Amino acid sequence: MTVASQIADTPVRGVQRRAGLIGRPLVLITIGLVVAFVAIPLVATDYWLSSIIIPTIVMGLAGLGLNLLMGYAGLVSLGAAAFMSIGAFATYNLLLRLPVLPLPVVLVLAGLIAAAAGILFGLPSLRIKGFYLGASTLGAQFFFEWLFTNFKWFSNGSQSLTISAPRLAFLGWDLSAATGRYLLVAAVTALLILLAYAIVHSRVGREWMAIRDQDTAAAVIGIRIGRRKLLAYAISSFFCGIAGALWAFGYLGTADAHAFDLDKSFQVLFIVLIGGTATLFGSFFGAAFIVLTPILLDRIVLATSLTASADQGALANLQRIIFGVIIILLLIKEPDGLSSLLRRGLSGVRRRDTASRAPLG
Amino acid sequence: MPSLSVPTIILAGALGLVALTGSQPASAQEHKGEQLYPLFTYRTGPYAPSFIPFGAGNRDYLRYINEVEGGVDGVKIFIQECETGYTIERGIECYERYKNGYDGALTAAIYPHSSGLDVALTDKARIDKIPIVSPGGGQNIATDGRVFPYQYPLIFDYWSEAQIVVDYIAHQVGGTDKLKGVKIATLYHDSGYGRDTIEPLDILSKKFGFEDIQIPVPHPGEQQQAQWQQIRQAGADWVFLRGWGVMTPVAIKTAARVGFPVNHIIGDIWSGSEDDARPAGGVAKGYLAVSVFPPGTDYDILKKLKETIIDTGKSDLKDDTKFGTVYYNYGVIEAITFVEALRTGHRKFGNHPLTAAEGQWALENLAIDDQRIAALGAKGLISPLQTSIANHKGETIAAKIIQWDGTRWDTLTDWIKADTTLFADVIRAKAAAYAQEKGLVLRTASN
Amino acid sequence: MNFFLETLVSGLSAGVMYSLVAIGFVLIYKASGVFNFAQGSMLLFASLTFVTLVEKGAPFGVALGTTALVMILGAILIERLVLRPLVNRDALTLFMATLGLSFVIEGLAQLLMGSDVHMLDLGIDDLPVSVGGLMISQFDLFASGAALALVAVLSIVFNKTRMGISLRAVADDTLAAQSIGIRLPAIWRIVWSVAGIVALAAGLIWGARQGVQYSLSLVTLKALPVLIIGGFSSIAGAIVGGLLVGATESLADIYIGPLVQGSVSTWFAYILAVVFLLVRPAGLFGDRAIERV
Repeated sequence: MTVASQIADTPVRGVQRRAGLIGRPLVLITIGLVVAFVAIPLVATDYWLSSIIIPTIVMGLAGLGLNLLMGYAGLVSLGAAAFMSIGAFATYNLLLRLPVLPLPVVLVLAGLIAAAAGILFGLPSLRIKGFYLGASTLGAQFFFEWLFTNFKWFSNGSQSLTISAPRLAFLGWDLSAATGRYLLVAAVTALLILLAYAIVHSRVGREWMAIRDQDTAAAVIGIRIGRRKLLAYAISSFFCGIAGALWAFGYLGTADAHAFDLDKSFQVLFIVLIGGTATLFGSFFGAAFIVLTPILLDRIVLATSLTASADQGALANLQRIIFGVIIILLLIKEPDGLSSLLRRGLSGVRRRDTASRAPLG
Repeated sequence: MPSLSVPTIILAGALGLVALTGSQPASAQEHKGEQLYPLFTYRTGPYAPSFIPFGAGNRDYLRYINEVEGGVDGVKIFIQECETGYTIERGIECYERYKNGYDGALTAAIYPHSSGLDVALTDKARIDKIPIVSPGGGQNIATDGRVFPYQYPLIFDYWSEAQIVVDYIAHQVGGTDKLKGVKIATLYHDSGYGRDTIEPLDILSKKFGFEDIQIPVPHPGEQQQAQWQQIRQAGADWVFLRGWGVMTPVAIKTAARVGFPVNHIIGDIWSGSEDDARPAGGVAKGYLAVSVFPPGTDYDILKKLKETIIDTGKSDLKDDTKFGTVYYNYGVIEAITFVEALRTGHRKFGNHPLTAAEGQWALENLAIDDQRIAALGAKGLISPLQTSIANHKGETIAAKIIQWDGTRWDTLTDWIKADTTLFADVIRAKAAAYAQEKGLVLRTASN
Repeated sequence: MNFFLETLVSGLSAGVMYSLVAIGFVLIYKASGVFNFAQGSMLLFASLTFVTLVEKGAPFGVALGTTALVMILGAILIERLVLRPLVNRDALTLFMATLGLSFVIEGLAQLLMGSDVHMLDLGIDDLPVSVGGLMISQFDLFASGAALALVAVLSIVFNKTRMGISLRAVADDTLAAQSIGIRLPAIWRIVWSVAGIVALAAGLIWGARQGVQYSLSLVTLKALPVLIIGGFSSIAGAIVGGLLVGATESLADIYIGPLVQGSVSTWFAYILAVVFLLVRPAGLFGDRAIERV
């Protein structure tokens, strides 16, 4: 098999798997859209929207952005939160200083600004690979956290160096209540998932995977590796930037540079690894895990009335330990992430179905 | 059958359980007739050392109210803890969980126990109409209750603190007229909190003629040799240390290394706990700090707590030596503001649990005068406090200066009052600019 | 000029303290290819154990020995429960696993030994003495001495003992080392134990400076740029990288900071490291098996 045909045939992992899993994607997409835009807004309470669903979707989107870089292009970044902060601060300043621009345009522009920064901090990828590259992206992490803290202009002279959405409206709709914020987040995310799908199925996506799997061979057949890598950083940062804007204004409401600290970057990384690399939907499972697990552990304590008998501090520390243990266990037991698990689960059910039907036939 | 691993089962369980418990237990009304106090905790992580005694002071005072005084005017307080780990996300979840009450108990106000969370909740609280109270750690611009109806930065702010420090130094050099030419260096934690005193000190230095030197320390502040050499190089006479966490003991130690006299370093309220001075060892002896939460056990209310809560083994403290420390007393003071707000509300609305709307009225009409302070047994522990729509922080901002004697804090001065008129216009202008940026309509006394 | 020199010297002595932390990373990376983010937590755990024992009345030597034993036990558990199941997995997964591990260690530290801030007195004054006209803290001299001693001991162990030679063999070529009968799990246990003891040494020195408390685990962040510059697998690199980072960030804070009205040292070392990578991808000593493009 020639390298060229190998490129053409490189399976788009996530997609092929999903195609095997679902017979009719159109039906599923329709169901998904109905659930996302009709059922959830009708059923979910404020609590669910504001503290579980919105953060899960936004972090999932950030994970998707990083996944494009890591899973598809095979590059590393430990500074995803920096690009989220760029998106957030860019959105804030664009809304504030150019009030004529409508929200969707602002989000796209903010994403593009984050993309530009992504290209700049992706430059080391032209010379180095592997973990050193990852470590060098930490430069972005600390630089932008400092930049947005040090210069008051970015937060319009705010005393607490925080930014809050001046107006969250689209076509006259006020989006500041929980349902409005949810719809904004869900709509933007749906569109971006579509965009991500298109990218990984395009020539760019296939070339990324070629670089990821065999960079020398990719160079031999004429892929301009440097450009493609920088494009990967740009696109990934575009996604992260928009996710950051949504995190600041769709979820938190008010944010400062420290809302996008190193811990947040690591969280995004966790989401990608736990959800499954090179999948489009895996990140959302990963995000659900990261958001839900601590809340769940707290709920268990609450539900079992342990607080009455045990020491609160010990319980809080125990929760932290358990969270760490679960992460390690997941990494050990599920090398391909939660999305592969779900796939196995579903195909298992189907296999059982066929098996149970067999004797009858 | 696919192999279902442990994490899978946990995750599935997680989804199920959160689904079950996620929405409020609407039917359960076990705590009807009680006032909810959602206690936002951070018992884990880097800031746990300050929370643990603080939370104990908070809980102990409320327990004393419930068990010894039979509740606030007969209304029992129901405490529900929620661990934030000092992160904003977990804090928002806690807020969403308890903003509408819990298990029949009503929420009158929320104390986020984090300046960052206080800021993050600003817009949400405005929509939900829930009062957010941050004694000692709120947003200074939220003093203007016409712009911020739901924020209560009670008791203190850093601008007043800067003023009090300058006032104390003026006393030491022999009057405000002697400040001319005195060099005051501010060593600040490089964050929004730390930078907050740059502006007031600039105004003050222009007014009094002292030289204002500003030197930042990057977080967390584990290395400060360069900064202290700069201080020595500049020939500073006094250092105003606006530290946070590990930055404070390192500053005190490094000051000793460059030979700066420790009794000319005045710590910020967050640089003035036992845990800030003790790790610096012997060289910290003589270190000064601003205190709005005066340490000590020699207050009537503390004596009562000792007798009814500590000695009966009901305290939340595991280590009784923390009784009467800065953070323990901070917890008690904060709980007093909550209880007094409830009392204020009861006088207007009757002796039943307050709603958030009633809580907002109560917080806006809080009046703790000298007489009330004496009745509380808190003379010397808190200074008088009077809030209004125009002033959510409260009239008479005051602090004491305390000094570390090597093992504990001595109180050096009585309350030093800040001249709140000095910055009032600047703060109000900032609030107005915020209102304009957000397109808010100012509240007046009538609406 | 004297001010410049003193800034430089104080930066260098800060750099030595960074190096102490960085060495722990290097040991583990060299032997197991793991970038161990939990090194900071191990440092916290070790110093907290030590100080708790001392406060309970244990003599200095006993506390030191017991803590070392605890760290060795911890290393054995980590190898058995975390590393072995993750053998042959990619570097990023291992890194993430050590992040999970840091939650566990930090949680355990606070659960078992509480969250109090402890004072740690090693009996060395942190006061300046004059060395050739420059004021240098005795404590810094002591820290530098400790770092030198540590490096000396480590290099003797690695160059002269059988265990050290096996370790170098593993670092050079894992497969070949295994084929001549070197048992990888044993090597890992030893290296993680040594890293635990290095964490103890670093923890004591840092703890004496700033008090033993949770934020000790944050010193990892300062060690990262040191590693990028010096290389993940070179002890000499860790020392030189540390000195470089310590000196430049001190100078940058003094001379660049005022220009931007703020401190710059949170990111300065990282940007320096990135620039360094771009100019000299092979690292300071050219000994890194770097994957160049």
